[in-house]
Amino acid sequence: MPEPLLRLEGVHTHIGQYHILQGVDLDVPAGGLTMLLGRNGAGKTTTLRSIMGLWNPSQGRVVFDGTEIGGMGTADIARLGLAYVPENMGLFGNLTVQENMVLAARKGPMDNARLDWIFELFPALKKFWRLPAGNLSGGQKQMLAIARAISEPRRLLLIDEPTKGLAPSIVEALIEAFLDLKRSETTILLVEQNFRMACAVGDSVAVMDDGQIVHTGAMSELAENEALQQRLLGLSLDTHQ
Amino acid sequence: MTDQTASQTETAAPRAPLSERFGKWVPYLLVPVFLILGYLLIGSGPTWATLTLAGLAMGMMIFVMASGLTLVFGLMDILNFGHGAFISIGAFVGATVLLSAGGWTGADSVLLNLGAVLPAMLAAMMVAGGLGYVFERVIVRPVYGAHLKQILVTMGGLIVAEELIRLIWGPDAIPLPRPEAFTGAWIFGMVAIEKYRVYSVILGLIIFLALLWVLGRTRTGLLIRAGVENGEMVEALGYRIRLIFILVFVAGSALAGLGGVMWGLYEQIITAQMGLDVLVLVFIVVIIGGLGSVHGCFIGALLVGLLANYTGYLMPKLALGSNILLMVAVLMWRPQGLLPINKQ
Amino acid sequence: MLNALLSGDLPRSRGLTLILLAILVGLAFAPFLFPGTRSLNTAATICVFIVLVASYDLLLGYTGVVSFAHTMFYGIGAYGVAIMLELWPASWGGILLGSLAGLAVSIALAFVIALFSLRVRAIFFAMVTLAVSSAFMILASQLSGLTGGEDGLSYRVPRELGPAFKLIDTEILGVKVDGRLLNYYLVFLASAGLVLLLLRFVNAPFGRVLQAIRENTFRAEAIGYRTVIYRTIAVCLSAGVASLAGSLMAIWLKYTGPDTTLSLTIMIDILLMLVIGGMGSIYGAVLGATLFILARNYLQNLMDIGASALGDLPLLPALIDPDRWLLWLGVLFILSVYFFPSGIVGRLRAGR
Repeated sequence: MPEPLLRLEGVHTHIGQYHILQGVDLDVPAGGLTMLLGRNGAGKTTTLRSIMGLWNPSQGRVVFDGTEIGGMGTADIARLGLAYVPENMGLFGNLTVQENMVLAARKGPMDNARLDWIFELFPALKKFWRLPAGNLSGGQKQMLAIARAISEPRRLLLIDEPTKGLAPSIVEALIEAFLDLKRSETTILLVEQNFRMACAVGDSVAVMDDGQIVHTGAMSELAENEALQQRLLGLSLDTHQ
Repeated sequence: MTDQTASQTETAAPRAPLSERFGKWVPYLLVPVFLILGYLLIGSGPTWATLTLAGLAMGMMIFVMASGLTLVFGLMDILNFGHGAFISIGAFVGATVLLSAGGWTGADSVLLNLGAVLPAMLAAMMVAGGLGYVFERVIVRPVYGAHLKQILVTMGGLIVAEELIRLIWGPDAIPLPRPEAFTGAWIFGMVAIEKYRVYSVILGLIIFLALLWVLGRTRTGLLIRAGVENGEMVEALGYRIRLIFILVFVAGSALAGLGGVMWGLYEQIITAQMGLDVLVLVFIVVIIGGLGSVHGCFIGALLVGLLANYTGYLMPKLALGSNILLMVAVLMWRPQGLLPINKQ
Repeated sequence: MLNALLSGDLPRSRGLTLILLAILVGLAFAPFLFPGTRSLNTAATICVFIVLVASYDLLLGYTGVVSFAHTMFYGIGAYGVAIMLELWPASWGGILLGSLAGLAVSIALAFVIALFSLRVRAIFFAMVTLAVSSAFMILASQLSGLTGGEDGLSYRVPRELGPAFKLIDTEILGVKVDGRLLNYYLVFLASAGLVLLLLRFVNAPFGRVLQAIRENTFRAEAIGYRTVIYRTIAVCLSAGVASLAGSLMAIWLKYTGPDTTLSLTIMIDILLMLVIGGMGSIYGAVLGATLFILARNYLQNLMDIGASALGDLPLLPALIDPDRWLLWLGVLFILSVYFFPSGIVGRLRAGR
């Protein structure tokens, strides 16, 4: 089995006095889309933030492509080719769509081919290129957040609940976009509550509960096994969407 | 399906509601409203013109001093009482250069005068900026994220800095005469236009426009604005926010030093505690404008300057409380200030 | 009995107990232990400042709110008494009415300031109070008809509080039992009472809630304490006690002016006293105020001697010049905040 792109070994993270991650072991294979599922409060967001160095793990190892990144500064981790889309999208609302994209392309101006590709994925961005990001609708903001993460080639995208609060039709558009994204060979770790989305785009899956990984396997396997879904995810998932 | 969603996402109105968009512009209208009200209440054109110029000059100087403070606050959530120290230090360094320039300031030559004033301003900015760097490393950095300690420690820094000024320059106030070319007034009919005030307004405007250019058109500026909104995300995009912060802190301190020289030349006397005195006005302006907002800071500074001069003429007894009343009125209307920054 | 008096908040350290006892005994018998006008003046000043600093501790130490308006409330109390005694010279009614008027104005003003600044963000409070108090200071010197302006007000206190009044003719331990002595004990007992009152407040459930808010505003809000209300009450309470301290000072000094009550220098002194003494334990205020005032009145003499002894050296004499003592206090203050935020009291309690 090839080395995973990202590996977490026994990661513990404390936030204040709360012990959120209690020994997370997770492999993210290169090139695929790994779903990270679990109940609210299971520790999914904390896992992403711990990988990104926004919270420092108190114990355990985070290895990205052979480099130990646990304890490194967030900026340095980002420079290794990781991009993070937080749940609240983290857009700069006072900056225009263009300025948001310009800042995300840290290495310099984006080449036209890439920009065209992004516009193809998210046509709305081209239309509102010069408007403040804060004026976009919820779905458009999410598209900008993802577009910002792929403004230059990245090795790993960490995306937190992109479909949260979006209308079903926009979720469909996002699914299309993710399927397109996968064709570009980008590795993605996607936290999601929307099971339909997870089934549509996920290659492999990890399920969290109480700060630990309780199940790993292929997404298709979980998608077909309703008993397993019930046991792992209970009713918290919106399986009817 | 995809076609439908595409059209939906594209036609969804990306504009804020009308009231919100309109509300955004109301604070900008306050300045002309003040000007008109002032004219109506004062009644005499020449008096109004003189007072307005004085108000604008005062406002610009406060803006120069306040802009750095508000950015530092917005970017790193730090309320720096030590900012007053940079104002004082700037004034004293500037005064030292000016006074040592001897004949140049007294000469009846604009060039020679400028030859004294420009180095004085540059020296003030450099020393205040350098002090800002030290201040940031030694005083502020150990207490990131702890508001109470920040206020105490920066206040302590201000006390020590004031005492150091007294140690170096002596405890007494130092008179600071303006260079020849900056003294006196131009007379247009009934209106006397004081030269120094005109220069202050011009310099203040240049700095405001330069700040807007940096913040709006350069990558560094974009990063600063992005950092004010969401510093964590700037970091996650691969930028070291600490570097941006040090840059802003030093630049803000340098501007405070420049403001100190301008204020010293305006008052024509400088004291060690002038920084703390002016800091009061600076705080009012920063609160009125909305913490972290450069535009709001500019509007707030102009309002404070104009109001102080108008009420000083109309109701001298009320003049001192006028700024407080303005602050209370603004906070009643908008508890976050005129142009608050939406933090994530 | 002692436990009840101190509201169960014992010093909890042998060293601290000894120092507090020494201060208590020193102040209680000051007229006999340290005769002389100057030392009695120092003792009275210490009493009043202990109250003033302790009431500030209610804000800074227990509530975690920084205020720069504490001298304003102190001044309001002082000017209340001063103005009333100006109207009705040498009357007890003037003292009573002035203290109560000052108290009412202080609490009302504190309430308004808290309402405006605390509901947005607690740090607004620091900026707003600085602005309001400096405006108030200028206002007080402008309204010279009422306040005497920069010169301040001198007035007469009731005869029973002046040196001309003899309670008994015989001297006790060589000290005349006159009105001045009575005045001192009025200040001392009132101060002691106010400090005990503050101890009661901070050790009541009210004080515990304040500390909970200070530790974690978010969680306190979640548990359901209305933080703004609690903080507003603390601000009003602290302003009220500061105002009473001001009234006491006005009675003792028979003079009230901007420099003795309102100035920002005093505000900074209060900050220094509290932080160096120790925030969050009323005892820190007692220690801080006593040490600070003793040092200011006597240590400066030492510095003066030191400075003249070093006469010919460059810079060094300037550094220990008595006028520069604030420099060293400022440095000590910064170091305190970094390295022992609980001040001298915290050190003593940790080292027991």
